[in-house]
Amino acid sequence: MRNYVLRRLLALLPTLFFASLIVFFTVRLIPGDVIDLMLSQNDVSADKMSRDQVIRALGLDVPIWEQYLRWVGSIVFKGDLGKSLWHSTPVTEYLAQRLPVTLELGLIAMIVGLLIAVPIGVYSAMRQDTKGDYIARSFSILLLAVPSFWLGTMVMVFPSIWWGWSPAIEYIKFTEDPWQNFKQMIVPGVVLGAALSAITMRLTRTMMLEVLRQDYIRTAWAKGLSEPLVVLRHGLRNALIPVVTLVGLQAPLLIGGAVIIEQIFVIPGMGLLLLDAVNQRDYPVITGVFLVVGVAVMLINLLVDLSYGLLDPKVRFR
Amino acid sequence: MTTPLLQVRGLTTRFRTERGTVKAVDNVSFDVAPGETLAIVGESGSGKSVTALSLLRLIPNPPGVIESGEILFEGKDLTKISDAEMRAIRGNRIAMIFQEPMSSLNPVLTVGMQIAEPINVHRGTPWSKAMEAAKALLEKVRIPDAAKRLDTFPHQYSGGMRQRAMIAMALACKPRLIIADEPTTALDVTVQAQILDLLKELTRETQASLILITHDLGVVARYADQVAVMYGGRIVEQAAARDLYKNPRHPYTRGLLSSVPRLDGDTSKRLVPIEGQPPDLSRLPAGCSFAPRCKQASSECLKQQPALRERAPNHLSACILDAIQ
Ligand SMILES: Nc1ncnc2c1ncn2[C@@H]1O[C@H](COP(=O)(O)OP(=O)(O)O)[C@@H](O)[C@H]1O
Ligand SMILES: [Mg+2]
Repeated sequence: MRNYVLRRLLALLPTLFFASLIVFFTVRLIPGDVIDLMLSQNDVSADKMSRDQVIRALGLDVPIWEQYLRWVGSIVFKGDLGKSLWHSTPVTEYLAQRLPVTLELGLIAMIVGLLIAVPIGVYSAMRQDTKGDYIARSFSILLLAVPSFWLGTMVMVFPSIWWGWSPAIEYIKFTEDPWQNFKQMIVPGVVLGAALSAITMRLTRTMMLEVLRQDYIRTAWAKGLSEPLVVLRHGLRNALIPVVTLVGLQAPLLIGGAVIIEQIFVIPGMGLLLLDAVNQRDYPVITGVFLVVGVAVMLINLLVDLSYGLLDPKVRFR
Repeated sequence: MTTPLLQVRGLTTRFRTERGTVKAVDNVSFDVAPGETLAIVGESGSGKSVTALSLLRLIPNPPGVIESGEILFEGKDLTKISDAEMRAIRGNRIAMIFQEPMSSLNPVLTVGMQIAEPINVHRGTPWSKAMEAAKALLEKVRIPDAAKRLDTFPHQYSGGMRQRAMIAMALACKPRLIIADEPTTALDVTVQAQILDLLKELTRETQASLILITHDLGVVARYADQVAVMYGGRIVEQAAARDLYKNPRHPYTRGLLSSVPRLDGDTSKRLVPIEGQPPDLSRLPAGCSFAPRCKQASSECLKQQPALRERAPNHLSACILDAIQ
C-alpha cells in the first residue's frame, strides 16, 4: 500500500512537468501586456521609471525560456513560486491564504452534492418508472439546466428581498469563528454542490438499477431480507464504486465552479485570486494558481483510486 | 400417508413481453413430502427456474406475475400471505440455491457475513454469535480452514467452494425445504458429483425436503425420489424416479432418457438427442406442445392439449397416445 502510493506520487512528476510547460506558456498567450497596464494605471512615470526599467525590475527582460527555467528552478529548489508583479507579495503567501478557503468550499459542495445525489438516486432506482422516479429525474434535469451563477444570484437576491437576509460581505475565517464561517460557506457550498449533484444522481440511479438486476441481489431477497437491507447493504456499496470515480473526475469542475461562486458570494478563495490576477496579467500568480489546482486535481484522483480499496475488496494495491 | 410439506396446485406464471404474454409456467401441480427429494427435469427454457422462483414469490414484477394457483406450505398459501410473512419464510423455512455460484454471492461482503446474515435476520442472533454459526456451517460443507475463510471475499473462492458456501448459507436457518436450481450446471464436471452428494447428505441429515432442478436426467436417478418432467411450461410426466426410469411413458421423457448415458451400464444403446428446438412459449401450438418434435405424433395430437392424467398407479403422463395404448 505505501509502495503503491509512493509509486503513484512518482508517476505524477512527468505529468507535473508537462503541466508546468503548458501553464507557463499559455498564460503568456493571454492578450494584453502587464507593462502597458502598469504604465497606464500606476503613476509609474512619477518614479521616473522608463518602460525598460519596469521590464527589467520584473525579470521580463530575459528570453521566455530563461524565464521558464528560472521559474521552475526556484519552485524546485526554493519552493518559491515567484512574486506578484504588482504587489511583490510572494505567490505562495497568496496561495496559503486562499487555497484553504477554496478547498473548504469544494469540500462542502462535494458533501452536499453527494447528500443530495445518492439518496435521491437510490430512491429513484428503487421506484423505477413510478411518479417518485419521474419527479426525482425531472429535479436532476432542472439542477443540470440551471447554471450555478443564476442559482447563486437568485440566492443572493430573493432572500434579501423577502426576509432581509443577505450573505455577510466580510469574510470570516474558519480559524476565527468556525460556526460563523460555516454559516457563510454553506449557502455557496449548496449552490455549487447542487449543480454537480445532477450528474451524480443520474449515475447513482443508473448504477443502482444495474446492481439491482444482479444475481446476488436475488440471493439477498431469497434470504428473506427487507428492502432497505437488500438495497443498502447489498446494493449500494456495489453501485457506489463508479460514483466515486465520477466525483473524482468532477474535481476540476468543482474548482471551475468555485471561481464563479466565489465571485458572486465575495469569498476570498482561489477563484477571486485568479480572476484578479488575470485582469492584471499577473503572470506569476496565474501560473501559481493553475499549478496548485493541477496538483490538487491529481491528488484528488489518487485519493479516489485509493478509496476503491475501501469499496471493492477485489482491488489490491501493489 | 404423511401430509405433504408443500402442495402446489395449478400454478400459472405469466410474463408480459414485447411479443405478447408468455405462460412460462402453466397449470403446474406437485407435492413434496417431508424429507423427500423431487427432481424437476427439462430442457432449458421449459419453466423450471420460473417454477422455483414462483414458490418464493421472487418473480420480477413487472414483467412477471403469478396468475393463479395455490402454494400450500406448512398450512399457509404462499400466494396469499403478506410480504412480511413471505420474508419470514424466505431463507428461513424455504431456502434457495442458485445456478450461478460466481454471481450469486455479493462481491463486496465477506462470505462469513453472507452466511451469518439469515441467522441474524431471522433469529435476531447477534452478529458475533451468528458468525460462529457460520464458521460451523463452513466446516459442515467441508471448506478447509473455515475460520480463515470466514473473513475472505467470494472472488477468493473457486466455483465449487462458492457453491459450498451457498449451500452453507441455505442451511443456515435449518429450512424445511431447499430449492436447488441447477446447482452444478455452472461447475466443473469433476466437482458436480461432490456438490450433489454434499447437498443430498446434508438435506438428509436435517430431514429437509429438496427440490432439485436439473436438465440432466442422469443426475435424477441417483438423487431423486420423485421426478417431474417439464416441457413448454407444463409438467408432461410425473412419477417415482425408479418407475420413470424403467417405464418412461411420455415420448419426450423417452427422448430425454435416450439422450443421456444410462447409469445402469446399458451401453449397447446409442445416445440419440431429441431433434428440433424447444418450443417458443409465445407461439405454442394448439395441441400438444411436443407434437412438432414427436416421432409418434398424429393429427390428433395437434387438435387438443393433452391433460396430465394418471396412466398407471402413481404415474402421471400427458400424452393422448398413452390413453390409446
Ligand atoms: N424475466 C423474464 N422476462 C420474460 N420472460 C421470462 C423471464 N424469465 C423467464 N421468462 C420466460 O420463461 C421461460 C422459462 O424460463 P426458465 O424458467 O428460466 O427456464 P429454465 O427451465 O431453463 O429454468 C423462458 O423461456 C422465458 O420465455
Ligand atoms: Mg433455469
